[in-house]
Amino acid sequence: MGTDNHINQYRRTLLKGGAAVGAGLAIAPGVRLFELAQAKPADQPVTDAVRWGMLIDTSKCDDCSACVEACNKENGIHSTGKPETDPQWIRKLNVKDPETGNAFSLPMMCQHCETPPCADVCPTGASFRRADGIVLVDRHICIGCRYCMMACPYKARSFEHEEVEGQKPYMPRGKGTVEACTMCVHRVDAGQSPACVEACNADGHQAMVFGDLNDANSEIAQKLKKEGGTQVRADLRLNPGIRYQGL
Amino acid sequence: MKAITAFGSAILVVLALLQPLFAADDPLLPKIPPAAGDKCVRPTDEMRVNHMKYILHQRDLTMHKGIRTEQFSLKKCINCHVTPKADGSYPSVKTKEHFCAACHQYAAVRIDCFECHVDKPESAFATNETDQVNPDGH
Amino acid sequence: MKIRFAEIDGKSPKYWGLLIGLGLVTLVGVLAAFYMEYHGHVVTGMTNRIVWGAPHVFAVFLIVAASGALNVASIASVFGKTPYKPLSRLSGLLAIMLLAGGLMVLVLDLGRADRLIVAMTYYNFKSIFAWNIILYNGFFLIVGVYLWMMMEKKMNKYSKPVGVVAFTWRLILTTGTGSIFGFLVARQAYDAAILAPTFIINSFAYGLAIFLLVLFAAYAWTGRELGDVIVVRLRKLLAVFVASVFYFVVVFHLTNLYATEHHDFEKFVLLGQNGGGLYATIFWVGQMLIGVFIPFALLVSPSTGANKRVISIASALIIVGGLCQMYVTIIGGQAFPLVLFPGMEETSTFADGNVAAYTPSSYEVLLGVGGMALSIAAVTFLIKILPFLPQSLADSVVDPHYKG
Repeated sequence: MGTDNHINQYRRTLLKGGAAVGAGLAIAPGVRLFELAQAKPADQPVTDAVRWGMLIDTSKCDDCSACVEACNKENGIHSTGKPETDPQWIRKLNVKDPETGNAFSLPMMCQHCETPPCADVCPTGASFRRADGIVLVDRHICIGCRYCMMACPYKARSFEHEEVEGQKPYMPRGKGTVEACTMCVHRVDAGQSPACVEACNADGHQAMVFGDLNDANSEIAQKLKKEGGTQVRADLRLNPGIRYQGL
Repeated sequence: MKAITAFGSAILVVLALLQPLFAADDPLLPKIPPAAGDKCVRPTDEMRVNHMKYILHQRDLTMHKGIRTEQFSLKKCINCHVTPKADGSYPSVKTKEHFCAACHQYAAVRIDCFECHVDKPESAFATNETDQVNPDGH
Repeated sequence: MKIRFAEIDGKSPKYWGLLIGLGLVTLVGVLAAFYMEYHGHVVTGMTNRIVWGAPHVFAVFLIVAASGALNVASIASVFGKTPYKPLSRLSGLLAIMLLAGGLMVLVLDLGRADRLIVAMTYYNFKSIFAWNIILYNGFFLIVGVYLWMMMEKKMNKYSKPVGVVAFTWRLILTTGTGSIFGFLVARQAYDAAILAPTFIINSFAYGLAIFLLVLFAAYAWTGRELGDVIVVRLRKLLAVFVASVFYFVVVFHLTNLYATEHHDFEKFVLLGQNGGGLYATIFWVGQMLIGVFIPFALLVSPSTGANKRVISIASALIIVGGLCQMYVTIIGGQAFPLVLFPGMEETSTFADGNVAAYTPSSYEVLLGVGGMALSIAAVTFLIKILPFLPQSLADSVVDPHYKG
């Protein structure tokens, strides 16, 4: 009896201690999440502690193209009626298996690779990967050679074939340079998610998740761990930051 | 490159020295439209000579490191320096009424910025057109 | 008999007519480039699918031919074949001018050509393009020094070591040019190590073909003698180069045919299936028939001998074939759709999954032709200013063992 009491006492202490540690562990990542949800301070450079990525569940996509419309609106992209030369940063790619007839669609944009071929081939270094994983074109030093467009396996990039009008103040774009999805870097730096993700979630589809791939406790990391995700042209080993489900 | 910068700086220094004359309505000198705020982030003389250096440095910091401090942000410069005309519309950088163009057309130094950057302040856009997320803008 | 070098007279109306005519063609090309730069590439046939078009076909051809044109000088200096020595100066000059023409076209097609200084001051050394900028500029410098070594008597003793440097440099340069395509993992037509040596062997053929045409024209139109010994040697050399080109084409396609993953592209370019009709036609008729089979037959036929007319025709056909090869490689490689999902059919609003159409605009062709005209105009002009051409290349002069 006495021994039972001691054991129970021991168990209680263990459980209390365990609960305290568990609570601490539960709160701590929450504290970290809270930090990330705030914008990075403006005077601090980005670091590779964070790797921004997206997870897209294509089974929720259907015929919707809310992401495309949101991107165009956010970045001031207007159609000039010439689809062959108009820029398009994100598109719905419709894929069909000719053997089985199975079809699906997915949003395709710059995949923000870890080893981007576009950054490798750019002669001036205008196409580059930021420390936090976002691949950008520094349009100040882009000479418009279009080699990055030759190199990109995802056909993510567009060349501005004519004078651009209607730019947004936070997204400068101009004739003669190359551009692509920036993962809404101006929003990300301010602590928000890209326009496409926001539009998808606002629309009710909830197909797109944005977050820090390096943070094991972020929604995207946990979803990837639990449900898995694939990369398009994974065989190229470019390790894109954009992952998909339901392909 | 250095020669062009030196020559351009020389022109600006001359303009700075001739500053008192700007008050007069001399048709030969550029008419620089007034800015929105009361003073610039740096003294006028210093800005006249060095503004390009600050802009260039800031652009590399913002572009490659994501540093979005406001002191030398081009957007912030434009927010202050480009004010609406009497009729409420905003001057285009292709005309002399635009702050940047007023001097640059006079000095015959072509600027590349506005091929891509918007030449109007953020207040020129309807509120739902600027990024709602960050009304101050970075 | 010692070889004497002399400037050409260059006083006849025909000469000035040629020079002015070529100059006008160059000018029109430059004006076309201004038009494209002012309005943007929307006035061209290039799109977000075909990002490199006719200008690049001409530019890459000229750049590849430039390094090949230096071959004759290298054979003399590096490999010590004395009969080629008198031709070395023209070889070096042609190499520099062909490169200049090619680079003019390439640079004027840039979206932001006004930012050329940026390309010369900001370098990403992982990019083969960045290395090419250094290699191309270095080529001008090194071949310039090489010409100086050859043309100034007291520097002649250095022409061999400088020649070796020039030879090595141009091999690296052409490897770099081929690697522009060879390094790209994204496209079915590229991503092959063999593209670099293929470009080198192509340069041998294209460069020598252009050299022959320039040589024949220069001697015929100035009334200087060009003996059979030189002509026959060059003819045989060109035949060897054309055969080598064929070998590399065979190896490339055979390897692709062995890999099922490349079958769609091979059907596209060899059989014209999957929407590749145009490219298969240009490949078989242009690149192979006109560019390889017919010239080879002409060059090895026993009845050709030293017949300059037949050899000129063969050279011209090789040049046409070369442009066709560049068209198939550069344009065909882009027209074939990118494969994001192997084995699947893809469609989108951004031209996925289809074979992209491309019609070159006149501006692009004018720019390309303008570059070629610049090269020839420069050579035409400079052989009047400096002694690049031997006074005579008669057999008695060239061949040390000549017996009346």
